[in-house]
Amino acid sequence: MSVTVTIPTPLRGFTGGADAVELAGGTVGEVIDGLLAAHGGLKRHLVQDDGRLRNFVNLYLNDTDIRHLASTETPVREGDVLTIVPSIAGGRPAVETELPKLSHAEVLRYSRHLLLPEVGVEGQRKLKAARVLTIGAGGLGSPLSLYLAAAGVGTIGIVDFDVVDLTNLQRQIVHGTSTLGKSKLESAKARLIDLNPNLKVESHEVRLSAENALEIIREYDIVVDGTDNFPTRYLVNDACVLLGKPNVYGSIFRFEGQASVFYAKEGPCYRCLYSEPPPPGLVPSCAEGGVLGVLPGIIGSIQALETIKLIIGAGDTLIGRLVLFDALKLKFRELRLRKDPECPLCGEHPTIHELIDYEAFCGIGAAPAYQGPEIVAEQLKDELSEKNDELILIDVREPHEWEIAHIGGARLIPLGQLPDRIPELDGHAEIVTYCHKGSRSMKALEILRGAGHSRVRSLAGGIDAWAARIEPGMARY
Amino acid sequence: MSLRLPGTLLAEIGRHGSAAYPAECCGALVGRSGGNGAGGKEAVRLWPAVNRRTDDPHRYLIAPDDLRRLEREVRAEGLEIVGYYHSHPDHPAVPSAYDTAHAWPWYSYLIVRIEQGQPREAASYTLDPDRPLMHSEPLEVLSEV
Repeated sequence: MSVTVTIPTPLRGFTGGADAVELAGGTVGEVIDGLLAAHGGLKRHLVQDDGRLRNFVNLYLNDTDIRHLASTETPVREGDVLTIVPSIAGGRPAVETELPKLSHAEVLRYSRHLLLPEVGVEGQRKLKAARVLTIGAGGLGSPLSLYLAAAGVGTIGIVDFDVVDLTNLQRQIVHGTSTLGKSKLESAKARLIDLNPNLKVESHEVRLSAENALEIIREYDIVVDGTDNFPTRYLVNDACVLLGKPNVYGSIFRFEGQASVFYAKEGPCYRCLYSEPPPPGLVPSCAEGGVLGVLPGIIGSIQALETIKLIIGAGDTLIGRLVLFDALKLKFRELRLRKDPECPLCGEHPTIHELIDYEAFCGIGAAPAYQGPEIVAEQLKDELSEKNDELILIDVREPHEWEIAHIGGARLIPLGQLPDRIPELDGHAEIVTYCHKGSRSMKALEILRGAGHSRVRSLAGGIDAWAARIEPGMARY
Repeated sequence: MSLRLPGTLLAEIGRHGSAAYPAECCGALVGRSGGNGAGGKEAVRLWPAVNRRTDDPHRYLIAPDDLRRLEREVRAEGLEIVGYYHSHPDHPAVPSAYDTAHAWPWYSYLIVRIEQGQPREAASYTLDPDRPLMHSEPLEVLSEV
């Protein structure tokens, strides 16, 4: 195959002034090898020491960038034109700030790090200079902030606006029984400073939003995402890509977790993996579906590990890889992630240049959920004692929730079984459904109404409201 | 080699740098060269580029697609791209290691220092044919006739 390679002006000094060279070869790579063999002076301008093309050298086969084809493996045909096109890049040197020195006390504290050549004094000083932002001081935020603080990261910013609740302590180990009811930021800060008084904690007691995200994230080197919802996850991803920051990602559900590093400069972003959020309500949160307490300990520790590797520049990070962890099988799996050239955020022709409305993007508030008639707990108590047999009370939760507590006289029909078990119900009966807090029971109403039951109501606030106001002795969860 | 350009173009580069401050501006120098540049190069107009690096104010990038379009445009006018310019916000007009690592031979690389938003000195450089070194070249600023 004979192919024409056009030589740009700056390189003609190496081809004897020729603006085009005829070469033979079966693939782009073979043609380039032929070019370099014929004109050795081009080598240092076009390829790196390892023989790969320099990143600012672009090759177009006819009119298409070979990166959109099969790269140097792209086959060539008789008469093709291969054009070398420069990218022009540069810029002033980054401000080289002197790394902070370590005190004798710090040398002793970090001695097990200093013994590792991959960390050493320089790595430890990089950790001290580093500014890391963790989004959320919950299940993932707890272990990762503890390990980052212990490792000697100089500044940790935390974004959270919640207070410590008793249901948090099964997994959120940065908090404690003594800080119940306090703000999570205050609680985490006290624990982290106790672990390492050299640490500077910066508290951001806000809900991260499109209005404040760029301003907050801009001040940090690395962002660690410990959020539990899709709008914030997309928000964090988009802000990190727009600001050029690495985003250390983790997520957990029940017995399974995932982790990766999204860094658009060197690999894919979260949108390359999931371009669209799942429909609202499809993926339950940990509050709805539960989570094994030790699981965030494992995933959060992986996030801390990746953050430290990014800071000290050691090892192979999770950029371009997604780790999937199954706690019950105790198995790690790994998926290769590729940067999507069509990604609207970090692809070749991005269409997203600023933050958007993430609640709307994730379909939250867009289509209002079914709203049927409700009954308050006090009213239900009265009606149960009056009519008794005429009223059917259906608990639509799962059997393991029923075991924790249930209302006397109720029948257990888990929501998933309800459509098949409607024939069990008297078509004229008056029905009240309840669940934990009221949302599944509203879905049950929708199903019952669809099947022709007209006298149906849902217990407002679920069994949680019943336990709070009617049966104070009942366990709450 | 040397680079000649009218004073009005240099002033225009300064204004582009001030407007982009504290980020960097970049663009191409369009003009003529005597053959392969032995007789020096002359810029006759500027082509201010869109800086495709938005993640770091201290970097610039002119994308290959933009350059291909410009190449076609200037060839039709009987001109050529003789070099590129960019600004160094609050930093001297000397090439950084990053500039040198990404430079192409033959082209003139004109750098202007922008101090607190105001244009200061400018200087032009070319890459050593053996890399990785940039040499300063005479910059001849022509006054208006």
